[in-house]
Amino acid sequence: MIEEFHIANVTQIINYHITMKKYLVQSIRLTLVLTVLLSIIYPLGIALMGKLSKGNGEGEKVYKNGRVVGYALIGQSFKKPEYFWGRPSAVGYNAAGSAGSNKGPSNTEYLKEVSNRIDTLLKYNPSLDRTAIPADMVTASGSGLDPDISVQGAKIQIKRIAAYRNIEEKKIAELVTLHTKGPLLGLFGPSTINVLRLNLALDEIK
Amino acid sequence: MNTELLGIVATFLLTLLIAIPLGKYLAKVFAGEKVWTDFLNPLEAGIFKLSGIRPKEEMNWKQHLKALLTINMLWLVYGFFMLIYQDRLPLNPDGNPGMSADLSFNTIISFVVNCNLQHYSGESGVSYFSQHFILMFLQFVSCATGIAAAVVLFKAFRDRTTEKLGNFWNFFVKSITRLLLPLSIFMALILAFNGTTTSYEGKDQFISLEGDTVQVSRGPAAAFIAIKHLGTNGGGWFGANSTHPLENPNYVTNMVELIAQVIIPMAMVIAFGIFIRRRKLSWIIFSVMTIGMFLLLIPTISSELGGNPAIAKMGISQASGAMEGKEVRFGPAISAYWSTVTTIISTGSVNSMHDSTMPLTGVWLLLGMMVNSFFGGCGVGILNYFVYLIIAVFISGLMVGRTPEFLGHKLEAREVKIAAIITLLSPLLILGGTALSAYTFMHYGQANWTVQPQHWLNNTGFHGFSEMLYEMTSSNANNGSGFEGLADNNMFWNVATGIVLMFGRFLPIIGPIAIAGLLAKKKYIPETAGTLRTDTLTFGIMTLAVIVVLNALSYFPVLALGPLAEYFTMIK
Repeated sequence: MIEEFHIANVTQIINYHITMKKYLVQSIRLTLVLTVLLSIIYPLGIALMGKLSKGNGEGEKVYKNGRVVGYALIGQSFKKPEYFWGRPSAVGYNAAGSAGSNKGPSNTEYLKEVSNRIDTLLKYNPSLDRTAIPADMVTASGSGLDPDISVQGAKIQIKRIAAYRNIEEKKIAELVTLHTKGPLLGLFGPSTINVLRLNLALDEIK
Repeated sequence: MNTELLGIVATFLLTLLIAIPLGKYLAKVFAGEKVWTDFLNPLEAGIFKLSGIRPKEEMNWKQHLKALLTINMLWLVYGFFMLIYQDRLPLNPDGNPGMSADLSFNTIISFVVNCNLQHYSGESGVSYFSQHFILMFLQFVSCATGIAAAVVLFKAFRDRTTEKLGNFWNFFVKSITRLLLPLSIFMALILAFNGTTTSYEGKDQFISLEGDTVQVSRGPAAAFIAIKHLGTNGGGWFGANSTHPLENPNYVTNMVELIAQVIIPMAMVIAFGIFIRRRKLSWIIFSVMTIGMFLLLIPTISSELGGNPAIAKMGISQASGAMEGKEVRFGPAISAYWSTVTTIISTGSVNSMHDSTMPLTGVWLLLGMMVNSFFGGCGVGILNYFVYLIIAVFISGLMVGRTPEFLGHKLEAREVKIAAIITLLSPLLILGGTALSAYTFMHYGQANWTVQPQHWLNNTGFHGFSEMLYEMTSSNANNGSGFEGLADNNMFWNVATGIVLMFGRFLPIIGPIAIAGLLAKKKYIPETAGTLRTDTLTFGIMTLAVIVVLNALSYFPVLALGPLAEYFTMIK
């Protein structure tokens, strides 16, 4: 009786080890096979197809006089008064280290920073009324690389740029309208303006 | 209606339009019925043959769990070492260093458990090799693990009494070949043709219009971002996740990424009803989940569109809503929709920074992760919901004085005990973890660690507390989003969240499968007039009530200490 029980127990333990070993071997082999499929074939296929896209899958570059001056999708820092400014960036538009500010809405240091940004805008755009400043111009973007500003964000800068460049305001306003990208299909989402493209067009006006 | 709100409506409707037929398709795939993708049979046969697997071999629930845990442990061990030594492996054009042991511990667990909490930054923390061979690989297989586990549960209720619950490897491999891989290819191509990079070239450098020298991180990201969303993983290629213009170039890609993360969890609910031949039950579940989603979504949108009251006081117009941490091309409305979706579904990718959202938004996002079953992650969402179902059946049974039954099987002490333990696990991990970190912060602020606890937080006061609470909640929910101001790449957070992640993943998989396996073995009791039916509207409301009450009781105090306190100090 005792012996029988003992034998049954041992068989059970042996069976258990056989199953576990079987699952482990299957796991290792399956992992290897799937690695070839998912980590080699799949991304290589996508990379190959990506070569047909704008920018050949390396990111769409923007040129000025044959020289690369940036990437269409990556925002860059504009500080000079004769250019349209983009949004504040928590990482100074470092495209090798994207990040947002992660400042909470009630953080006093943060609110002081926003207040300083408003003052800077008012200083460089003296005729500007502070209620006309849209939120995107005084808050940092999520990526720190936002390539766009809102239409209102561009409008409030027209006067300043016209003065610094000695160009008619009307001409610049036309440029802003021309570079405004409306909602998707005219129906979905906000209107945006790509700051780099707008500034390049600005340099074209002589 | 303005264009931003219209964008939300369109996104949601498109999601339904794809998810419902996908659910029907999945039910057929896992039942082994004929589907149009059967031309992939030879591919699967090849995979099984090379792996020494007989896909027709039936397993009971214990064998399923053994297979699941074995392969998951294997990934943990080899991935851990690969990440540490990634600097000596190929495909590292940017020359990124190997991970520290604690960071690797956290990262590998995080990706194995489908969480993708990232304590590193994609640009500087991982090589292309690690991104593809470890992280992206795990994004596929961790999701497939969840789906396969859910299918085991489906199997348990398809037949009246059974111990044979199908073959784990079969469900697992088919989740990849019939679902994840084809959809990923399709989605990666959409991303690629909208501007996401696909080439293996490393960093580029250019001189900007104003003369600054700028370095740009790139890489083969499109393939990764596709499965990141489809698999409800959420880990970004770049540090800034889907706020990054190369990771989410425009409104179209934003819609695609939003739809992609919801369709599989939704489809699984539909598939459940068809698979067990009780469609009405799955529509009731679907309705409860959708109502839950809207209960969190509407106040989130309203709180974000309202803007920051402190900035309003400065006289700034927040016409479209709060903009800190958000991108102009998306705007606050769809960003709020994303925040809700990414927290109720355990994706955890972001297209705006949650740390900078309004205090009340924080409440809704945290609650979404605490409930973790309004659709929830791939496969695991429905497992989590199943636990609430069992509790609801048990409580209703007590209320009407009948022996509780679920789908023709008697619910007895053992099953209810398991369900209760799983339900209590979340509060234990979230509240215990937050308490431990808050205690360390207060009492060992000056501890001689690489990052002193007093320097953990990016924000002071109540919001700082929320940062710690959010990190623990996100880990337990296997979500992966964060209040990213928290300095989390250090020994304490890497190890603490690593442990929470493990428990928060595997116990809520083991529990429901055990319950389902135990129930399936029991004698089938035909339904009579006296049976408490689970596919009625009343029972749906009962389940929702159980979810609300359980979570409110568990988490109201801690929410009051964090985001609610911040809210009330801000409006005073």
